[in-house]
Amino acid sequence: MKRCAEATSGLLFREPLIFERSSPGREGYSVPTPTGRKRAAAIPGDYLRDSIPGMPEVAEPEVVRHFLRLSHWNFGVDVGMYPLGSCTMKYNPKVNEAVARLGGFTGIHPYMPVAWVQGALQLIYELERYLAEISGMRAVTLQPAAGAHGEFTGMAMIRKALTERGNPRTKVLIPDTAHGTNPASCRLNDYRIVQLRSTSEGVVDPEEVARRMDDETAAIMLTNPNTLGLFETHIEEIAEIVHEQGGFVFCDGANMNALLGRAKPGAMGIDVMQFNLHKTFSTPHGGGGPGSGPVGVAEVLEPYLPTPRIQATPDGFEFDSDRPLSIGRIKSFFGNFTIMVRAYAYIREMGPEGLRQASDMAVLNANYLRKRLGDSFNVAVDVPCMHEVVLDDRVLTKAGIKTMDLAKRLIDKGFHPPTVYFPLCVSGALMIEPTETESRETLDCFVDAMHEILDEARKPETVTSAPQVTGISRVDEVRAARQPVLKWSPRGAA
Amino acid sequence: MGKIPENIRYTRDHEWAALDAGAGLVTVGITQYAAEKLGDVVFVELPEVGTEVEADETYGSVESTKAVSDLFCPLAGKIEEVNDGLEDNPELVSEDPFDEGWLMKLSPRDIEDYSSLMSSEDYEAFTAGLENE
Repeated sequence: MKRCAEATSGLLFREPLIFERSSPGREGYSVPTPTGRKRAAAIPGDYLRDSIPGMPEVAEPEVVRHFLRLSHWNFGVDVGMYPLGSCTMKYNPKVNEAVARLGGFTGIHPYMPVAWVQGALQLIYELERYLAEISGMRAVTLQPAAGAHGEFTGMAMIRKALTERGNPRTKVLIPDTAHGTNPASCRLNDYRIVQLRSTSEGVVDPEEVARRMDDETAAIMLTNPNTLGLFETHIEEIAEIVHEQGGFVFCDGANMNALLGRAKPGAMGIDVMQFNLHKTFSTPHGGGGPGSGPVGVAEVLEPYLPTPRIQATPDGFEFDSDRPLSIGRIKSFFGNFTIMVRAYAYIREMGPEGLRQASDMAVLNANYLRKRLGDSFNVAVDVPCMHEVVLDDRVLTKAGIKTMDLAKRLIDKGFHPPTVYFPLCVSGALMIEPTETESRETLDCFVDAMHEILDEARKPETVTSAPQVTGISRVDEVRAARQPVLKWSPRGAA
Repeated sequence: MGKIPENIRYTRDHEWAALDAGAGLVTVGITQYAAEKLGDVVFVELPEVGTEVEADETYGSVESTKAVSDLFCPLAGKIEEVNDGLEDNPELVSEDPFDEGWLMKLSPRDIEDYSSLMSSEDYEAFTAGLENE
């Protein structure tokens, strides 16, 4: 029996916009007319309007069908494997959702008296401590709204600490295997970027760090494991070099999902790191929804953490804003709270043993793909990897197809494409991160699909014209980027 | 890859630099090799005129449909002019990287730095090495 769920074509609707479905006078709701006291309390007539221009007038079934049909165009991790390297599309357990929807969490407001929200404060307080324990960092803030925001927060703390010492300095060292957000987070803190080239082994060379490090360099910002999926083996030596010259070590902790229960950044000389709760702790990801990018610091940076901090006192949990060195508030209220609830639920359900097993399985799955794909594709740096494996396009170029062609054809096979053309230091990179939640059978199906595509490249048009089973085939990405249509206008109005 | 211009200099970051000794200006762009690797360029971000830049540091970025790539400065100096035409026609970088697709002109802090950049023969050997790695 074939174990792979084979992608086939299905019934999709070319759906007009909801505005274009509008039919004058049609209604999808009925609002009761206020009477008696309610009527007196209602909004005065002067302030009421009869119509809202431009609102679609549609019936309820039309609305339901419209959005359900649109959802059928979507591909998510609940549909199939989504090996988007470095973005870690791991399955989000449904129990997280159930917990995040508990009335005690959804019914509260940040302006409620502290005594009424003790449970929520306890959750924030404990989650900070769990993340500190997992990472070996001294203290953690949950305020940042996403990973890149966490990077920004960390660099802001470094800038403040150096300013206190007398000179904020001007530069930050960033390896070519860093995440693309790292340079931006430094620029926003007014630092210039000095790029470090990785060695042919795909890691940062301490000698190169020593050459570039000086008393105008504020920090090194490296990702560990890096975007080649490799552990930075010289991290301790690198940290020593940077510390000797009075700089800080920022670790982009986005790939923490490879280290849980196995290694603690706090023990590697890291001064500050961010976590991405969606990546490591299974909260939803993408679609512009709320994220969460907690930041952990070593003792030296603790005074600079954003305020307010939550303190445990004999009378319960309290806010502490009396921190003169703090960089201040970096998010309205306390961060994206229900995302924290999901991460908290995940950590409590998994426990220390479960978290370690999750990292072990993530690393095992990536290495399984590295070995099985390594026979016919070229692995960029073919040594045991951590959570992800990166292929280059050498084999594809010989076969007459491009990385993008293979990525598009994978859609026809029922898989979301991996991250492509990143990291930039690998030619035509395919960055594959299976995560711990894929079974061996699913991984085998993915490998089969990759091999099939390589075979199909003998008649390249099958591959170069992919995808074919989707509602829309290959889009003109160049034209979309050069001549974007950013605004919808009613027919005839433009 | 076709022949590359011989009388100008190159960097490991696939940028070219052409010295106009009379004007004391160095024109900078990306090479054909880089342009081919990037694919269709859809957006170019360039610095403001007057910006001081350091060698090997980023001064802008090129966005293609594949990725956003940083631009690394071949020489330290001051930006004197940028190619404004790229705002409306970023494809010039893909189509004519050594001429119409130039990126910026800078006045080098130390003109001696120019001669330490790679010659065309060195750059050709360098890119050939990358392909055979």
